[in-house]
Amino acid sequence: MKLEMKDTPGQLVRVLEPISACGGNIIAVIHQRDPESESDTLDVQIVLDLPAGRLPSLVDQIKSLGVDILRIGEERLIHRRSLIMIGHIMHTDISDTVDQIDRTGFAEVAELSLMMPAISERSSARITIKTANRADMETAVGILREVAAKKDILVVEPLEDGA
Amino acid sequence: MRVAILGFGSVGQGVARMIGEKDLGLTVTALADSRGGIIDPDGIDIPGTFARKSKSGSCGKPRVSAMDVVASGAYDALVEVTPTNIRTGEPAITHIRKALSLGKHVVTSNKGPIALARRDLLALAAKKGVALRYEATVCGAIPIIHTLEHGLLGNEVKGLFGVMNGTCNYILTRMEDEGLTYDQALGEAQEMGYAEKDPTYDVKGLDTALKLVILANTVWGTDRTLADVQVTGIDLITPQAIQLAMDRETAIRLIGEAVPSRNLLRVSPRIIPRNHPLLVAGTLNAVTVVTDMAGELTFIGKGAGSVETASAVIGDLLYIAGST
Repeated sequence: MKLEMKDTPGQLVRVLEPISACGGNIIAVIHQRDPESESDTLDVQIVLDLPAGRLPSLVDQIKSLGVDILRIGEERLIHRRSLIMIGHIMHTDISDTVDQIDRTGFAEVAELSLMMPAISERSSARITIKTANRADMETAVGILREVAAKKDILVVEPLEDGA
Repeated sequence: MRVAILGFGSVGQGVARMIGEKDLGLTVTALADSRGGIIDPDGIDIPGTFARKSKSGSCGKPRVSAMDVVASGAYDALVEVTPTNIRTGEPAITHIRKALSLGKHVVTSNKGPIALARRDLLALAAKKGVALRYEATVCGAIPIIHTLEHGLLGNEVKGLFGVMNGTCNYILTRMEDEGLTYDQALGEAQEMGYAEKDPTYDVKGLDTALKLVILANTVWGTDRTLADVQVTGIDLITPQAIQLAMDRETAIRLIGEAVPSRNLLRVSPRIIPRNHPLLVAGTLNAVTVVTDMAGELTFIGKGAGSVETASAVIGDLLYIAGST
């Protein structure tokens, strides 16, 4: 996110405090004073990793400090996992399958490639899920497993090194 | 050392042939298959036995049963290589128990007895002061049991992952290389002699699950059974699924995995990267062992075959001969 704040001592620390208070992890803080600028404000960019769903309350807290938020970059979901589903994927309501992942709020289906050899035969699909962290991914994959089991769909998962 | 062989199929014949051809200090003094047996304390004429088997279908006389051979005691080590029964483990468990109680060493390639009664049989062997070894039950020629028991002493084994069934690996490899359907690849595997007429045991993942149980119990001293393994086979894999995997530089393989920290025993088709060490072609097997000191080790080799499996049996026999 890109913030505009007063160029006074201690102001930056006050902004960083609520980030760590809500479980966020600060990855980088970039602030450059523009020598040409005559204003008494400062632009700061903060790159951070935040648990899902915490962003709105953090924004409120920072605003209450009198700091303007100029821009909030797109939330980046950095964990990706591709799985392959085999079964009657279309006939068992594929949009519902995808929706069960998307509606979690912490995971989303980023890609779906479907191959159907014939209308009556089993189809195959590669589904790519994105989440912010590994724990969310495990939960999302768990949801997919459950949904697939109910719909009699086989899920082929990647072999994760988890020993 | 005098050796009695029970079972004269692919493995039994491989063992007999290699003992006959190589100067290993081993003598076959008794032999039986399901149709008959032969006992000769001076050593059996092995080429003559092969000739008799191909002519009459049996390696010996119909009056001499497998149990007669075991009870004769005319041997130091029993090689139990009869076909696996995964439900009861019989008649192999009875053979092995009898031989051990007579104070004879036992070497087996038979997964049934080891998956079902390993602890009991090992206890009996210990009581009688003899050895029970079963290298050939898992991954054919790969010396994985020896490696886990002796080669990695002092290491903590954190997990095991493997491609442990050549039939499944062959089918998946052919689907990948030639775009065959599952049924086509299975038919080809059956024609080549890589798959049984009834392929259920292999393609449903049961064979891999048994091997996983044996390895896990060996490494961690547990008493897991087939019922503790989550098993999914390869029989529902489509050519389109294989294609979708290939589009991403990956492949689908049947993987057995055991990770005690996650209480995990699982056999399932999985997606692995094309450069993954477990990605082997054709009927090959591969096992990765994850340890604390040695890191990850992967062993690749032939998982089946007459002489390849005989290699594991003979290795066990000579190990026993060398340590007694």
